[in-house]
Amino acid sequence: MSTNTDAPKALRNTGNYIDDRFHLAKTGEKNLRKVFPNHWSFMLGEIALYSFIILIITGIWLTLWFKPSMAEIVYDGSYERLNGVAMSEAYASTLYIDFDVRGGFLIRQIHHWAALIFVAALVVHMLRVFFTGAFRKPREINWLIGIAIFALAMVEGLFGYSLPDDLPSGMGVRILQGVILALPVIGTYLSMFLFGGEFPGEDIITRLYMLHILLIPGILLALIVLHVLILWHQKHTQYPGLGRTDRKVVGTPMFPAFAVKAGGFFFLTFAVTTVMSGFVQVNPIHLFGPFTPTSITSGLQPDWYMGFMEGSLRIFPNWFDFQIAGYAVPTAVLVPGLVIPGLIFGALAVWPFMEQWITGDKRHHNVGDRPRNAPVRTGLGVAGVVFYGVLWAAGSNDVLAETFHISLYWTTYFFRVALIVGPILGFIIAKRICLGLQRRDLETLEHGYESGIIQQLPSGEFIEVHREPSEETVSVLESKLEREKILAAQRSVTIDQHGVESPESRSLVGRLRAWLSHWYTKDNVSFEGAELHRGHPPEHEREEIERRRPPGAAEHPGRERPGRRQLRPGLCHAGERFPTGLRASDRAGRQVGPPPAARTKHQAALSRPQHPSQLRPPPFSRETRREPQNPPGGF
Amino acid sequence: MTDNTTKHDTEAGAGPNERVIGTPSSAESDAIVAGAADPHPQREHDGPYPASETHKHSEEEQRRGEKVASLWFTIAFLAGVGFIVAFFVFPPEAIADPQIGQYSTMALGGTLALSLFGIGAGMTVWARRVMPHYEVSSPYDELPSPPEEKRSFGEFFMKGADESGFTKRPLMRRTLLLAMAPLGIAPIVLLRDTGPLPGDKLKHTMWEQGMHMVAEGTHRRLRAEDLENEPGGMISALPYVEPTPEHPHGLSLNEQAKTSVILIKMPENDWKPGMTQQQLNWTYNNIVAYSKICTHVGCPAALYERTTHRILCPCHQSTFDAADGAKVIFGPAHRPLPQLPISVDDEGYLIANGDFPTAVGPTFWDAEKGD
Repeated sequence: MSTNTDAPKALRNTGNYIDDRFHLAKTGEKNLRKVFPNHWSFMLGEIALYSFIILIITGIWLTLWFKPSMAEIVYDGSYERLNGVAMSEAYASTLYIDFDVRGGFLIRQIHHWAALIFVAALVVHMLRVFFTGAFRKPREINWLIGIAIFALAMVEGLFGYSLPDDLPSGMGVRILQGVILALPVIGTYLSMFLFGGEFPGEDIITRLYMLHILLIPGILLALIVLHVLILWHQKHTQYPGLGRTDRKVVGTPMFPAFAVKAGGFFFLTFAVTTVMSGFVQVNPIHLFGPFTPTSITSGLQPDWYMGFMEGSLRIFPNWFDFQIAGYAVPTAVLVPGLVIPGLIFGALAVWPFMEQWITGDKRHHNVGDRPRNAPVRTGLGVAGVVFYGVLWAAGSNDVLAETFHISLYWTTYFFRVALIVGPILGFIIAKRICLGLQRRDLETLEHGYESGIIQQLPSGEFIEVHREPSEETVSVLESKLEREKILAAQRSVTIDQHGVESPESRSLVGRLRAWLSHWYTKDNVSFEGAELHRGHPPEHEREEIERRRPPGAAEHPGRERPGRRQLRPGLCHAGERFPTGLRASDRAGRQVGPPPAARTKHQAALSRPQHPSQLRPPPFSRETRREPQNPPGGF
Repeated sequence: MTDNTTKHDTEAGAGPNERVIGTPSSAESDAIVAGAADPHPQREHDGPYPASETHKHSEEEQRRGEKVASLWFTIAFLAGVGFIVAFFVFPPEAIADPQIGQYSTMALGGTLALSLFGIGAGMTVWARRVMPHYEVSSPYDELPSPPEEKRSFGEFFMKGADESGFTKRPLMRRTLLLAMAPLGIAPIVLLRDTGPLPGDKLKHTMWEQGMHMVAEGTHRRLRAEDLENEPGGMISALPYVEPTPEHPHGLSLNEQAKTSVILIKMPENDWKPGMTQQQLNWTYNNIVAYSKICTHVGCPAALYERTTHRILCPCHQSTFDAADGAKVIFGPAHRPLPQLPISVDDEGYLIANGDFPTAVGPTFWDAEKGD
């Protein structure tokens, strides 16, 4: 860096100036060399980050004019339609931003759109992390920080939405106060303290303003910085592919390409937000009018991220409301207001640890899962998305009823049922799709692609030539074997390496764990015994194979056919790259692997020409795991 | 080359080949970044990337990329100038008109967006078409730390803890924790004055015997005949109060939020048997007054369907039967809307006959308890 004699003098001097004071040459180089894997889905978190920056920039600008005061005034300003109407100073100052400050309308809309995009991007980013298993060890802490950011972002958005004190926003605050009041014992106290008296009081906007521009963004900023620092320190996860392992990250270095791309992406995000704000109206408070506690319009909709709360308030029935000695416990408010968000955020926060407990998988993961290779997790994720989605749609049930001319109450009945049935269906369907995709992967691995070329054999038989998948594809598909290692490890959750059941497995919790562990993996399509590009053997040969195969070998057909590839070179265009003789890399791999006798055929078959630097431990074999390598003399 | 190269990466056979895949060696890589010609793109390709994926653009390609990027940056510059022009084209007086304000927003938004997009697009072209394309690999940190490092840390920490005497001297430790306790509670105590104690404030409103009522948004006191004009209709009403300087409409929002009622004229024979005699006594000439504030979470239950006598809250669709004491017939609310006892005074004005019998608004812990 600063010591590079090729650098221009000015740069060198600056570098030396900094290094003289901070000793940064080594650290600086290390960080500029930081490797970031490339994938479009890694840009979702970036969108969230950039939206947050946009929010801070525009938010600071808006504070120059906004007056967080509930003092009642009679409007006399530029927006003539509301002249003579009593309103709070907060609302009037928002009108001032819209109709007296040049660019005010635009910046306010950018602020609003950026908030919507911020939460949307972080939710989709979270789903990406969930479905690819990027939350696994060592990244559980960062996952929890992400959940906290999600929850705070929602609250931050709600409070910001409330500030202009227009009709829908005031109603949002009213609903918030209604939920607070429902809290047993402390509800009325909390409400009185928060609002400085009864609703709406004269303090709430001032207090929400402080929370919205100082406290919560401060915490959010700290958490986001921490989130990024942890990411920086642990390095980004990557998807399976050639050369990508749990030990090695492959991607673009920070400097220069990644930095320029990321910088460009910030401007693109900002541009899209701005173009929407310039041309697509959002939250036109001047049309809504000021808040009064006695007015309402139908078809009221909160910002999208509060929709699931609104929906749960709408569809949860009053059947479970009860009293304790005459004191009311309105579950129809408490469950939607607290239990359901608690359930959603709680489940998200607990899942990494839950999964770790179920699978017994305590190792480090830097390569993401393909969602299909973790069908139960993917199914649960889809169930969660459906649950959230049903609640979210239920938040618009009046709009749906009106648009499609359905009875309002029937939409409610529908959503009540859908909330329970939907996630179950979602789980089953998603899991089945995953398993189907696994089968297809196995097919691709073993048979390659159908090339559309028909060939006639000397015997007169016609066959379709299968084309071998690319090395990249093979290595992506093969990543499932890594996962199967974990599956094998799961089986030993309650059985130790000597095949002895642990005492834990007999307890209720142990049995539950064993059952969950079984449930988590039982339907997976095993790639063990898969042989690269076997092609479609013609019928007569298949019969021959069946005849020669000893009874126990059905699971690993490749084992009995060592000469397959040479037999049918015509079917394997690229088969020459996979001779059956072991290569140097395989022999090298053996040294750290289990004894040769325990290795199955597929391990040799799946090995490809590898650079020594990419050697990995040979794929795990179930047999070696089960059979103790040391005689049980160790007892 | 890459950070933290070979130290921990033992099992995978780390070596000099770990550093960079498909790029020149360490000494040369700075050169490539600085833009010098890539000396051996093919020869150095020892990684998993096909040579076609790992390359430096030819000088000609780079020059084309430079042109495209510069074009974008020029567009961004012009759009940025356009933004400043648009700012001054629409003076503050003009944007007061919502229509012109909208044009101003479009002009400002359009130019700003184009300017930002130009910079973003230019940078993307720069990164993709001028910079060499390659991926490098770098080891992840080995986790956890080696045992000796952990042991060393543990020893140091325990030695320090020992020196501090924190574990050995319980009196000091406990008194310190004791000293912290009140300070921990203090911030919560300091929040006490953020608001009054609830007391029974939530259970009472300002309605009292003999109070006149006005239609919401007017100062006109209501008579029973006002509802005759539209039988089966509904009027939102508030208590009548003389306007004061700070509350030109007479009532503060707090008072409105509690006292708001809906007056409904019920056809003679439509009362349901569920209405108690007392509830019927609280009506006047088949006019009934219910609190307008929903008992679910407090939105105004402002929609009335006259044929079915249903009162609907548009927020969460709690539905109340006006002919049956405003009992909940659908939705999440639990308590009926409280009924305000009414009658008329000597001049025929509608008056309240006292306060609501139960608490108005969202249900709270002791809402259904007596005083």
